[in-house]
Amino acid sequence: MTVAVEESPVKKSYKWVGTRPVRHDGLEKVNGKARFAADMTKPRMIHGHVLRSPLAHAKILSVDTTEAESMPGVKAVVTAADFPPPSKNEGFPHRSSNLIAREKVRYEGQVVAAVAATTRRQAKAAAAKIAVKYEELPHVLTVDEAMADGAPLLHENLITKGLDTTPKQASNIAKRDYFEQGDLEAGFAEADVVYEHEFTTKVVHQGYIEPHACVADTSKDGRSEIWCSSQGHFMVRSATAEMLGWETSQLKVIPAEIGGGFGGKTTIYLEPLAVKLSQKANRPVKIVMRREDVFKATGPTPGTKIRVKIGARKDGTLTAGKAWLAYESGAFPGSWGMLGGWCVFAPYDIPNVQIESFEVVVNKPVNIAYRAPSAPMAAFATETVIDQIAREIKMDPIELRLLNAVEEGDYNHSSMVGTFQRIGLKETLEAIRDHPNYKIPLGPNQGRGVATGFWFNIAQSSSATVNLTENGRAVVVTGSPDIGGSRVSMALMAAEELGIDVKFIQPVVGDTEAVGFTDVTEGSRTTFATGMAVVRACRELVTQLRERAAIMWDCSVEDVEWVDGKAHHSGNKESPLSLAEITAKAKKTGGPLNATGSLEAKGQGPAFSTQICDLEVDPETGKATILRYTTAQDAGTAIHPSYVEGQMQGGVAQGIGWALNEEYIHDKKGVMQNPGFLDYRIPVASDLPMIETVIVEVPNPKHPYGVRGVGEVGIVPPIPAIANAIHDATGLRLRDLPMSPVRVLEGLNQQNGVG
Amino acid sequence: MNRTHVTCMINDDETEFLCDNDESLLDALRDEVGLTGAKEGCGTGDCGACSIILNGQLICACLAFAPEANGGTIETVEGMADGDRLHPLQTSFLEEASLQCGVCTPGFLMAAKALLENNPDPTETEVRYAIAGNLCRCTGYDKIVRAVLGAAAQMRKNPIEGARP
Ligand code: FES
Ligand code: FES
Repeated sequence: MTVAVEESPVKKSYKWVGTRPVRHDGLEKVNGKARFAADMTKPRMIHGHVLRSPLAHAKILSVDTTEAESMPGVKAVVTAADFPPPSKNEGFPHRSSNLIAREKVRYEGQVVAAVAATTRRQAKAAAAKIAVKYEELPHVLTVDEAMADGAPLLHENLITKGLDTTPKQASNIAKRDYFEQGDLEAGFAEADVVYEHEFTTKVVHQGYIEPHACVADTSKDGRSEIWCSSQGHFMVRSATAEMLGWETSQLKVIPAEIGGGFGGKTTIYLEPLAVKLSQKANRPVKIVMRREDVFKATGPTPGTKIRVKIGARKDGTLTAGKAWLAYESGAFPGSWGMLGGWCVFAPYDIPNVQIESFEVVVNKPVNIAYRAPSAPMAAFATETVIDQIAREIKMDPIELRLLNAVEEGDYNHSSMVGTFQRIGLKETLEAIRDHPNYKIPLGPNQGRGVATGFWFNIAQSSSATVNLTENGRAVVVTGSPDIGGSRVSMALMAAEELGIDVKFIQPVVGDTEAVGFTDVTEGSRTTFATGMAVVRACRELVTQLRERAAIMWDCSVEDVEWVDGKAHHSGNKESPLSLAEITAKAKKTGGPLNATGSLEAKGQGPAFSTQICDLEVDPETGKATILRYTTAQDAGTAIHPSYVEGQMQGGVAQGIGWALNEEYIHDKKGVMQNPGFLDYRIPVASDLPMIETVIVEVPNPKHPYGVRGVGEVGIVPPIPAIANAIHDATGLRLRDLPMSPVRVLEGLNQQNGVG
Repeated sequence: MNRTHVTCMINDDETEFLCDNDESLLDALRDEVGLTGAKEGCGTGDCGACSIILNGQLICACLAFAPEANGGTIETVEGMADGDRLHPLQTSFLEEASLQCGVCTPGFLMAAKALLENNPDPTETEVRYAIAGNLCRCTGYDKIVRAVLGAAAQMRKNPIEGARP
């Protein structure tokens, strides 16, 4: 179902945009031919194995590779000594020090060394012979432990940034961010109802099904070709070059198909190791991560502790909001608390606000983006408290949100937004309020919860080159890895611009030497920003096509108009020329036709999603079963509605897993106890119902087709929607994740005075 | 090193390969035979990305030893289409947009094929349980379940020639 909102500045009737063709890369994906990272082999290729720290925190006293080097089949061994010292500008998120441990290991699973041998078995056996001497150090695993006085330090020189006075002593708090507006005390004094609660969330993993993998082939002339799956091969090139101390021109990165990322493949793990091993061995080297290593050593999303206090008048007007947020960032500093702070009150126009957030390092893997990173935890807190207020003042929770919802012209303190352009929060709320699912009667032990989510989306750099073929087809090359159907969206926009059938357009992802620089596929930016680059290139091509038609007609280019894929003579003196007729004559009119569009995009449209969860709690076991799920999201314009729905549904499913099941479990020594899909259980088909989608279309005025970006926001509302539904079903307010059967049952027993 | 010689039918092709005795069938298919359609998502039987059909039985290829395939018959995603004619499940997955990244797709296609061969008219719940051994992190399963139900209806109308009754 799609709700189109009129009064749009953007033209609404399209021939191709908004249709649902089969994606161009689909056939290869249903017949097993699509090549993902681990599917690559090269002649003479050998295999790498990575040695990882068994300890959560330890000094490395020595690494002795002598015995390993003499093992059968071994061609190369690398240790930290093979890489230049980390550059002063360590960047986000201290990649170089994270990629291979130097003087210290800071989490279980951190890389210590790597071996390449003829077979995987030999590489693994040799890695086991690398002798590492450690001196174990005390570790910290949670924000509470890490922020405590006298806590063991991960970084002896980490001085908290962002405090009013710079502390003299190091701590595990990397940074504090602070924002305030209005008069907080006066705001709370005006309120009739005030609630303040504390929430905790656990570390969870993106859980993409394809483990990280790469093949590197380094030649004697000091160049290396890397084949890998990532969310951005230009990022792989720059990060790998930085780690190696090489020039970017020495590396060519070829994007494989990517088997899921969700933010988790916006950084590198294996590539510099593979390049170095390949250089030493003078052979192509392949490294594939095991699932266990994916869990232990690649970017999960932070565990958090968040306190939120909100005040409201009896009529539902929010008067004040205060938030304190502490986000783990893993073993190296990140910006997760800051992002949480940007999102925590973003959907609401609250006059008096104070937000204080912290980045806290702990002895766990370094966090990396996970779909609308940091927003779901913040929304869990805010949306649960809002629900409580609505109940207290006996107001419909959607009406309460509508009353306070931000709209065009309202201010948002995140540096990504500032003043809101036209946004669709109210429209998603209305779509849910008016949805038949909001009124379906519920049975015993059943409950309904609603929640809203915000994500700012990002824009960044994108490039596209469009080449017209001799017979009037188009090849659209972009630099954006396609995680979930973006190629077909690029083709649809190109079809609309050029006026040719989408099936005659071949969208491809070019390698780092085939197309201009393009930032990572993240922040829901690809259809927005890379789409703009495609549109720009196509418009340039249309100008060229008109010029060629003018040459063919021997008239002035001003007399040629481009309508529906054809050149028309304004005086109707000539019969229209199709694109194919013009390209067929290209040799006579000036040569091949192609154009490049590249830009630093601006004006991404913030995304909002409102969702209803209906569930039933089994009073015997505490298990919550999702009965129905409905999500309304503002897409701006849905270029390919099926893939927009897919993003919405996928985000919801991940949110449900996060809410009900998923968590990292560590033992006392900081060793992860559930590094596999059996014990780290993500939702399976029998856990979920159909996920009903309502695509709301409030076009983004800053995009030629009104695109906002749809990839992320869907994961923001599920946790609070579920928590609110559990409350509706049982009266229990759960504020700690996951809301697993054990936790629910504990709560029910307490309620009944049992146990 | 002594390697084991295995002969089997893979997607109707008589195939021979050498493998280690403790090598998984998944590794043998991918590394020795060069069929990379089946994926390794976990290597421990928990994700279903490596699903194939061995002697008519849906299995996780990562949990079988390669020598077990000797004398057997293997179906993988690469053999699903009949020449240029896609299997109705493949068509249905494309039309319903049931894949986002597509890394889980080969496994789901195999699991769904095995289901429909045994139960041509499954309910939504039966479909959900039949594919519960396959993880997809991208789609939330909605469009996958729809595709399987759609293909089942299609196949009841137009049974595939030569398919097992
Ligand atoms: S790889 Fe076989 S079940 Fe996951
Ligand atoms: S489509 Fe990506 S895991 Fe299923």
